[in-house]
Amino acid sequence: MNKQLLSSIAGAALIFGVSTAQGAGDLYFYNWTDYTPENLLQKFEKDTGIKVTMDTYDSNETLLAKLKSGATGYDLAVPSSNFVNIMISEGLLQKVDVKSMPNYKNVDPAWQGPAWDPEQMYSSPYQFGTTSFAIRTDAADVSCDSLKTFFEPEGEACGNLSVFQTPEEVASMAALYLGQKYCDDSSESLKAMQKLLQKQNKCVKVYSSEGMIDRVATKTVTVTNAWNGDAMRARMEGTPIKYCYPKEGLVGWFDSLVIPKGAKNYENAKIFMNWLMDGENMALVSNFARYSNAIPSSSKYLDPELASAPEVNVPAGVEVRVSETCGPKFVKSIDKIWTKLRQ
Amino acid sequence: MELPRNPVTRRWLGLAPALITIGVFMILPMFILLVFSFMEADPYGGVDAGFTFEGYIQILYERDFDDLLQFDATYLNIIGRSVVLASLATLGCLVLGLPVAYFITRQNARTQSMLLFLITLPFWTNLLVRTYAWILILATDGVIEQPLKFLGVIDDSLDMMYTNGAVGIGLVYTYIPLMVLPIYASLEKLDFRLIEAAHDLYADRIMVARQVIIPLAAPGIIAGCILVFVPSLGAFVAPDLLGGGRKLMMGSLIQTQFASARNWPFGSALAICLLAIVMITLMYQARIAARRRAETGS
Amino acid sequence: MAKKQYIVGDYPGLKIWTWVFFIYLYAPMLVLVFYSFNVSRRAQIWRGFSLDWYVKAFTNDDIQSAAINSLIVAVIATVIATTIATLTALVLARGRNFRGSATALGIVSLPLVVPEIATAVATLSFFAVIGFELGLTSIIIAHTVFCIPFAFLPIRARLEGMDETLEQAAADLYANDWQTFRYVTLPLLMPGAIAGAMLSFIISIDDFIITLMVAGAGSTTLPLYIYGMIRQGITPEVNVISTVMLVISILFITAYWYATRGAEREAA
Repeated sequence: MNKQLLSSIAGAALIFGVSTAQGAGDLYFYNWTDYTPENLLQKFEKDTGIKVTMDTYDSNETLLAKLKSGATGYDLAVPSSNFVNIMISEGLLQKVDVKSMPNYKNVDPAWQGPAWDPEQMYSSPYQFGTTSFAIRTDAADVSCDSLKTFFEPEGEACGNLSVFQTPEEVASMAALYLGQKYCDDSSESLKAMQKLLQKQNKCVKVYSSEGMIDRVATKTVTVTNAWNGDAMRARMEGTPIKYCYPKEGLVGWFDSLVIPKGAKNYENAKIFMNWLMDGENMALVSNFARYSNAIPSSSKYLDPELASAPEVNVPAGVEVRVSETCGPKFVKSIDKIWTKLRQ
Repeated sequence: MELPRNPVTRRWLGLAPALITIGVFMILPMFILLVFSFMEADPYGGVDAGFTFEGYIQILYERDFDDLLQFDATYLNIIGRSVVLASLATLGCLVLGLPVAYFITRQNARTQSMLLFLITLPFWTNLLVRTYAWILILATDGVIEQPLKFLGVIDDSLDMMYTNGAVGIGLVYTYIPLMVLPIYASLEKLDFRLIEAAHDLYADRIMVARQVIIPLAAPGIIAGCILVFVPSLGAFVAPDLLGGGRKLMMGSLIQTQFASARNWPFGSALAICLLAIVMITLMYQARIAARRRAETGS
Repeated sequence: MAKKQYIVGDYPGLKIWTWVFFIYLYAPMLVLVFYSFNVSRRAQIWRGFSLDWYVKAFTNDDIQSAAINSLIVAVIATVIATTIATLTALVLARGRNFRGSATALGIVSLPLVVPEIATAVATLSFFAVIGFELGLTSIIIAHTVFCIPFAFLPIRARLEGMDETLEQAAADLYANDWQTFRYVTLPLLMPGAIAGAMLSFIISIDDFIITLMVAGAGSTTLPLYIYGMIRQGITPEVNVISTVMLVISILFITAYWYATRGAEREAA
């Protein structure tokens, strides 16, 4: 190995790097972990010739932090509805005229022009679902009746609990349990929430928003924070798991595709958004992640289990309260409470 | 091509690339970190303009919801845990590594070479990969639990993952080569005749170890301890993967502040504290080294 | 007075201790390699030997692009860092103590001493302040900085052992500075430079925490990819990639070892 060899390697690498970085049909997709089926991207590439590169994050907070810290260059991201507002007000998103896209007519009218994007100028639908907790049916001291099992587990369940790594949804669940409004930043409410989260903290084994399916499958934990799709996937893999509909209610969420500022492939991102609003393509996501979607024409492509699965059908009388965008005071307070808990 | 005649100019020209690169991309960022630690936190990430001590106050005090300051030991706990775990890891490395280093010096040159190579090898492999291997071993139904369960020795999980112990094992495993190598370097220079002389003077093995070997290995021991302690303090991978997001150490706490927790000033303040602890440790070591040089004249 | 045969300086049990030590050091890696051939998806439960996961891993697009990113960063950072380190070593080596040399040495060694997490967040803050977009370039810059001391050490060691009279002889033969450097100094220090480059390369390929903080869109490197996968749970893909990375590191370090041993013999 001599200097010439080294420099020619470097030169080749540079050329290689430049060519892969500036391909004519590229798309940089920033999505939640385990939320994008491989066959979706393969079909997209086959249909359009655009090559998709994926990066992943584990929570809305991580997404927000990453975008604010200067990681521009993502063409698509998938925030939940309550974060879309924040991102718009922080100037992190680009305007996209979703309403005039050809496939927009496929979107369920109930979900067109939603509260967080009434003009449909920023986002297009991805998936929606609920957040609650799930239990291993063969474990002791666990029950689905109430959020008490999640926040104040007793007996063997205490010490075998897994909670999300970031507070936003846990705080919403806590608000349901405590009978508070979402985003209540009054002193008493915050104190009550802090007390509850501290109590829960004593029984937590792991704080993580990824790998829930794995941890329940190996019985590392017996109660876990979960999204309904994850629970369904675990159940269909054979794990004895049950997704819970506690009497206090569940948190509802709706994820959308957005185009962050600094996207280099704006047009390709638009192509993807439009392409996904097609029944057959959206069904690929729902069949993989096991969530619901806002494209009614996808129903003929969906797996039959999805229609009848308990994780997708909310029992009558159980409230599903959709997440709300909380003000900075609440966000700051919860972040502080949360950081202290994780010690 | 002729270089400038003046040797001084030549020197600083040659040093310039390194000094500028490290100066701009390392020293300057440290100062920016210092500035950030005195700024306001933007709730959505980054910093906002405005001078405040809040970043540092948060380490010791909590501003509760009525805006009153209260002493809060949470973060001191984390800092304390970092220091304790780092110290324990250092001790573990020392106990494990010192005998090994001594043993190596007792081998012939070829074996020594090979053994040293085998010790260094794991260190150059990817840290994530090595730590991940411990997850495989310690996990429920992992490499340790499966045979034990099969043999009926245990019924339930030993729950080894997500504990302080798991993090400690991970730390020792990561840094032990850094302990063995400096001790070996010191012991290698050991004049064996000193041990023989001690033996001739009727010292038993333990006395020889205590009075001859360990004092002479001391510079290596100190160097090894520093090399293990300092990185362990700011370790991120072991507490993150093996601690389950609960047994936070300073490294993972700092990282979180710049990621999902979005509190840059607090994270910066913590990083500055970490740097301060490191600097104190190094200065202490420098002073010990200087005193030894003065004492032994070596 | 017959005493039990006893060799001065030997202690009982040291050999066993050392064996235990090496088992402790290598067992985890062996476990990893072992499981990478596991047929079962739930990685810990051994179900049978299979190369399937290797095939899957090598045909995985994401892994390929992560590997390419790692390579690009490592090569560029190594080239720049080794060049800078060579210049620095030429000035600082061979025992000349001039005013400021200790400080210069301290600055060059700074990345070795500062905890990586502090460097990581400081670099992120720096990029945020100057509004530099995070991506492959930001990673390359960060890697170059901490590769400099790693490249520096072997080069300096090599220079320390070099004979200055050769360069003086070149000057006597009317070679100018550049010619002396190119035909005398550079070839002699080349083994050190290569050793430094190899160290720097490995360090860059393996780096995790700094890369984690300054990575941007589409700039996932292999360690970042592995981290993402580990967080999702134990899967055979992680085992496979981990094994491959292990093998690559081992090959590299073995090559480095033989290269430097060869150089020592040559210099002796």
